[in-house]
Amino acid sequence: MALSGMRGLSVFISDVRNCRNKEQERLRVDKELGNIRTRFKNEKVGNIGGREFAESLAPDVQKLLISSSCRPLVRKKAALCLLRLFRKNPDILNIDGWSDRMSQLLDERDLGVLTSSMSLFVALVSNNHEAYWSCLPKCVKVMERLARNQDIPQEYTYYGIPSPWLQVKTMRALQYFPTVEDPSIRRALFEVLQRILMGTDVVKNVNKNNASHAVLFEALALVMHLDSEKEMMSQCVALLGKFIAVREPNIRYLGLENMTRMLMVTDVHEIIKRHQAQIITSLKDPDISIRRRSLDLLYGMCDVSNAKDIVEELLQYLATADFAMREELALKAAILAEKFAPDLSWYVDVILQLIDKAGDFVSDDIWFRVVQFVTNNEDLQPYAALKAREYLDKPAIHETMVKVSAYLLGEYSHLLARRPGCSPKEIFGIIHEKLPTVSTPTIPILLTTYAKILMHSQPPDPELQNQIWAVYSKYESCIDAEIQQRAVEYFALSRKGEALMDILAEMPKFPERQSSLIKKAEDTEADTAELSAIKLRTQQQTSNALVLTDQRPANGAPQVSQLGMVMVPSTSNADQNAVDQRVTQSNGTLSVVDPQPLAQDHAPAGDILGDLLSPLAIEGPPGVSPQSEFNGVPSHEGSVGANDALALAPVGDQESTVKPIGDIAERFQALCLKDSGVLYEDPYVQIGIKAEWRGHQGRMVLFLGNKNTAPLDSVQAVILPPSHLKLDISLVPEIIPPRAQVQCPLEVVNLRPSRDVAVLDFSYKFGTHLVNNKLRLPAVLNKFLQPIQVSAEEFFPQWRSLPGPPLKLQEVVRGVRPMPLGEMANLFNSLKLMVCPGLDPNPCNLVASTTFYSENTRAMLCLIRIETDPADRTQLRMTVASGDPTLTFELKEFIKENLVSIPTAGKPPAPVAQQPQPNNQPIASSDPGALLAGLL
Amino acid sequence: MIRFILLQNRQGKTRLAKYYIPLEESEKHKVEYEVHRLVVNRDPKFTNFVEFRTHKVIYRRYAGLFFSLCVDITDNELAYLECIHLFVEILDHFFSNVCELDLVFNFHKVYLILDEFILAGELQETSKRNAKVEKKKG
Repeated sequence: MALSGMRGLSVFISDVRNCRNKEQERLRVDKELGNIRTRFKNEKVGNIGGREFAESLAPDVQKLLISSSCRPLVRKKAALCLLRLFRKNPDILNIDGWSDRMSQLLDERDLGVLTSSMSLFVALVSNNHEAYWSCLPKCVKVMERLARNQDIPQEYTYYGIPSPWLQVKTMRALQYFPTVEDPSIRRALFEVLQRILMGTDVVKNVNKNNASHAVLFEALALVMHLDSEKEMMSQCVALLGKFIAVREPNIRYLGLENMTRMLMVTDVHEIIKRHQAQIITSLKDPDISIRRRSLDLLYGMCDVSNAKDIVEELLQYLATADFAMREELALKAAILAEKFAPDLSWYVDVILQLIDKAGDFVSDDIWFRVVQFVTNNEDLQPYAALKAREYLDKPAIHETMVKVSAYLLGEYSHLLARRPGCSPKEIFGIIHEKLPTVSTPTIPILLTTYAKILMHSQPPDPELQNQIWAVYSKYESCIDAEIQQRAVEYFALSRKGEALMDILAEMPKFPERQSSLIKKAEDTEADTAELSAIKLRTQQQTSNALVLTDQRPANGAPQVSQLGMVMVPSTSNADQNAVDQRVTQSNGTLSVVDPQPLAQDHAPAGDILGDLLSPLAIEGPPGVSPQSEFNGVPSHEGSVGANDALALAPVGDQESTVKPIGDIAERFQALCLKDSGVLYEDPYVQIGIKAEWRGHQGRMVLFLGNKNTAPLDSVQAVILPPSHLKLDISLVPEIIPPRAQVQCPLEVVNLRPSRDVAVLDFSYKFGTHLVNNKLRLPAVLNKFLQPIQVSAEEFFPQWRSLPGPPLKLQEVVRGVRPMPLGEMANLFNSLKLMVCPGLDPNPCNLVASTTFYSENTRAMLCLIRIETDPADRTQLRMTVASGDPTLTFELKEFIKENLVSIPTAGKPPAPVAQQPQPNNQPIASSDPGALLAGLL
Repeated sequence: MIRFILLQNRQGKTRLAKYYIPLEESEKHKVEYEVHRLVVNRDPKFTNFVEFRTHKVIYRRYAGLFFSLCVDITDNELAYLECIHLFVEILDHFFSNVCELDLVFNFHKVYLILDEFILAGELQETSKRNAKVEKKKG
């Protein structure tokens, strides 16, 4: 046997022996070594490769996979190798170029290669299905070939079934596409699926049975996913109903599991409810796997109509359930009780029963939650107190029950005072009985309860008082600091008599919050190689908001006040983020110029996000500045919104408002792209800007022009520089004579990369009108850029030498203003990011380079790559690299701001690229403003 | 995706272990111990699937040997169950009537066959002939 297993070796030896000279021998040996190398290279990398491996080897592996000269053996290994590398680092594949090749790979005739390629494809498509639409028909073809035509070599059938694994994989891949639009492809697919659904019979051979059902369950999942043919759906539900009743454990298990999945995608509650009894039977199955699945299904199918039955069933089962399941069971019962309680007293009953039956498995969250509920619902309080009192009569109760009863009775026992056995003294007595049996963390709760009882016993009962004081004095010297502190403090407080009432008054209501239980249940998530299709779908359904970024530099190096932060679709996270953003903001320099911190504090979270996402905070809706030095004098700022402000301002104030001419935001945006122009204009004044930039330094001149025949007085121009800019403004005269123009030179030094913007606080008085404006100065990031053309020889080594975050950041940007590639290239060039054509072989991609100057970083080369999707112009992938993590991050955000159209509240997004023409403003030729504009 | 493959006998001795995710040596021992405890006492009438931490173990018993695959909870259980059987059939063809001792004495061959069969946590070749024949050539 040994020799028969080494045919290759014996051939090799005889070949070597037959060689006539040394040269031939060497050639033969080299050939063998070559065989060994191709044979093992992929295997090695496929099993052990890491992230660095991935980056450096991916191109070679790709070549092996698509090369037609390679043996199938090598290619199938290459496919899986690439899959492994892709999981390590999804960036190794250039999506645009790869989708065509993937589509070709799916035409493969060799089933070994096709199986491996399909695994790769599932991973790719789960990551981004958009790029692979062209592969969808190919998948349907594969299904037709396997399931309908059975057109495959004998060795790839398994118990007569054409490669069940490939069928499963293919149908898995199809589940990542939201729909199948092409009617003919759709028909073909449904025909195959129908064949599978109808043609799968139960057979004797267990392996054949398993294999055919593996295909059947995947087909079910696909039908559920496509969710359209009513008839087929009901067929599926009927099949599942059959499965959950069969004896075969695996099939029953999968029936339950798939029913649970089905609940997530379609509205089949009513049909599934018919099987409730059957499912509850499975809850008592000896196999824990089945019990778990039926618990999941019961949890999923529960609604108001059947909550009572299901929760009672769960409670009953809890007493006999094995330990491995009790915690999950208790948590799920608690959540269902909370979610679907027909009345609140039932909820309290359920939770108390839960604690009674499975105290050890009831986490603190559960009893905290019931306390919150009772505190927030006054009607519930007497009932809850009564129930707690009843449980205390039981001979042996769980410590959690002691905690919850003590807490509830402490707060609400006075509501029971008239009932028998509920006098303060009796309550104290029955709680105090439990004290010797409880552990240290419970004692402080009891001490608080005593204090509350004491407070409620009015007039004071001296006997009770002495008993309680005795307890306190006993614990005064307790070794546990918490107990000791409470004992000492309650003792001292209880001597204060009446004052006790205020201090120990009832707990206020808890703020409504998302149930921590539900959160907990959501948190327990499994990690899988690919996000499951169902999960992906539920996510896509909710994510209608734009996701801007989900990545912050890991090292925390970038400066504070980064505005482009996470905006997550789910509302539960939004609050958290809003808080984050506010914190960041108040740390940053922007809080200085924020015109309406008060207003923002009261705004709902969504608005805060909206404001912060708009290019700058000062563009928010108008508000009266809390920083205004002129109290009582109405001053209007947030200048963009001045139009809106008119509507809001009291009638008397209307005369004193000064409307700016033109859109300030638009003017600012235009000045970001060019170096001279008008920054601000209103009927009295015009401010122009002219700037020169050299490296990290710049010189700006502000032209303050008085357009009127009367002087402007109390002129003030103060610059609020962000921390990264050094800005020196020369003195501004307090009065600008009629029709005169004043020049104020400004020196700018850029210290480090940041997107923060300097603000000019400009105010003047014209007659009785006080006008105050906060204007952004166009000393923005791109002013410190110097376009630079790099060649391929320079670009690629540089690009590769910057390995990844934080120096190289990548992000998929959605919600991009759709624009043709040419326009995007122009935008980039105008931002001083030099587009280098021809560097990227893919015509849909854009590569740009530039040099950034600041005092800290000196001159630093930055490289940018944009990968666009010709099918969807609203999203693109952006990679930015530079030698400085802060710079990379700031530049990435900066470019993003310029690409994304950010919806601002109540007004259309200011088009960035559109160049407003300040000189085209309708100004009469006699108007001195026109003369001023001419000077610029 | 297959996270790891374990072949263990009833006593919990691991005959073959292949991990497709990086794990510390100590963690591997723990995993092997836990998986063994999980599967060894299950009734033959039970399902072949059992939850293990955040994953699922698909196992099958052949005589005194447990073949366990740890997969994602979203994976197709039956497909992996038959994957185990296919692997056993391949071993059976190769060793003609495979038994535990074959795996002990020819463990290197078993690993080579496994590498032909599964790579990077995914099924690579489902043809018995190919998986075996290529092995012999190599």
